[in-house]
Amino acid sequence: MANTVTVGIADLNVVKAPDVLVTYALGSCVGICLYDPDKKIAGLAHIMLPLSTEAAQGVNNKRRYADTGIEELIQKMTMLGANKARLTAKIAGGAQMFSVNSTVFNIGERNVAAVKKVLSSHRIRIIAEETGANFGRTQYFYGETGIMEIRAATRPTKTY
Amino acid sequence: MIKNIEQLQDMHLDVLKELGSIGSGNAASALSEVLQCNTDIAVPSVKVLDFSDAVNFLGGPEHIAIGMLINMSGDITGMMLYVLQHSFASRMTKALFGSEIENLLEMNDMEKSFISEVGNIMGGSYINAIAALTGMTIDISVPVMTVDMVGAILSVPVIEFAQVGNKALFIDDSFKIDGGEIKSNMILVPEMESLETLFTRLGVSI
Repeated sequence: MANTVTVGIADLNVVKAPDVLVTYALGSCVGICLYDPDKKIAGLAHIMLPLSTEAAQGVNNKRRYADTGIEELIQKMTMLGANKARLTAKIAGGAQMFSVNSTVFNIGERNVAAVKKVLSSHRIRIIAEETGANFGRTQYFYGETGIMEIRAATRPTKTY
Repeated sequence: MIKNIEQLQDMHLDVLKELGSIGSGNAASALSEVLQCNTDIAVPSVKVLDFSDAVNFLGGPEHIAIGMLINMSGDITGMMLYVLQHSFASRMTKALFGSEIENLLEMNDMEKSFISEVGNIMGGSYINAIAALTGMTIDISVPVMTVDMVGAILSVPVIEFAQVGNKALFIDDSFKIDGGEIKSNMILVPEMESLETLFTRLGVSI
């Protein structure tokens, strides 16, 4: 039987096939799914802010930020036996929940940009992406197949 | 110096509760004018909640609700987020249009704009009560509304608030409209400096 492991906001986790990861209701946050297809090791990080280096008042939770969160996720996966060079990424979220023009409301876009920058610095390729727009997303990530599934309130489920 | 909402003491919470009561009372009378019916309000409960607890309280991360975001500026800066449930919206449209909302995700434009106006009026009367009591000038923006998963809606104040803590002021209002009870919830995310200003203005030591 496959277990389903829930990843909370500003949190991350790693599973091996056939287990499944899920993070609920991504708004402006971004969910990053990393996968080693050979070892069937899957990791998911739910980050809420761009770079820890831009944090004004110090960093008290590394899992909040794109850079430190992704770094820890990679570490956890390699500790479980994943090969960093084999990892691929699928990302979702980064929506703008309320349509107002200001920096804070544009945080979704900034989160996505930061995630892309960090993944590229780790030489991890993004092979699927569903980001932006203005709605919340629940993200499932299957350890057996590396498939990412996105559920939203107003449209049918999509798989990537 | 209050850096973080968790540092608030019972005394501070009591003050906020009282302000919450006055604001809610004002909002309730504004509501009864709009709906032309009797509206009563119970003493609201004001809590400091973890965001995850707030999400669960509002029905869980994937529960669908209305989120209405209002920005505050002036002597108090920050945001207020109204979370309205299906029962609340339905009660409103029934009072005005005579028809209930079947599915929040399928509201028509008229219903949406009416609910948004209700939020505007309630938010305005809430803030006006606090402004009048404290002698502060608080401006509020026109609310922006969305209907989506509670978790995604709350991620907005969560992110806004991330630097000062992972707790928020959560105001749970119970209204009685013509005898039927409905609830609205407000999440108040004031900037910490504004809270200090507020307490100082009211003569409460920090």
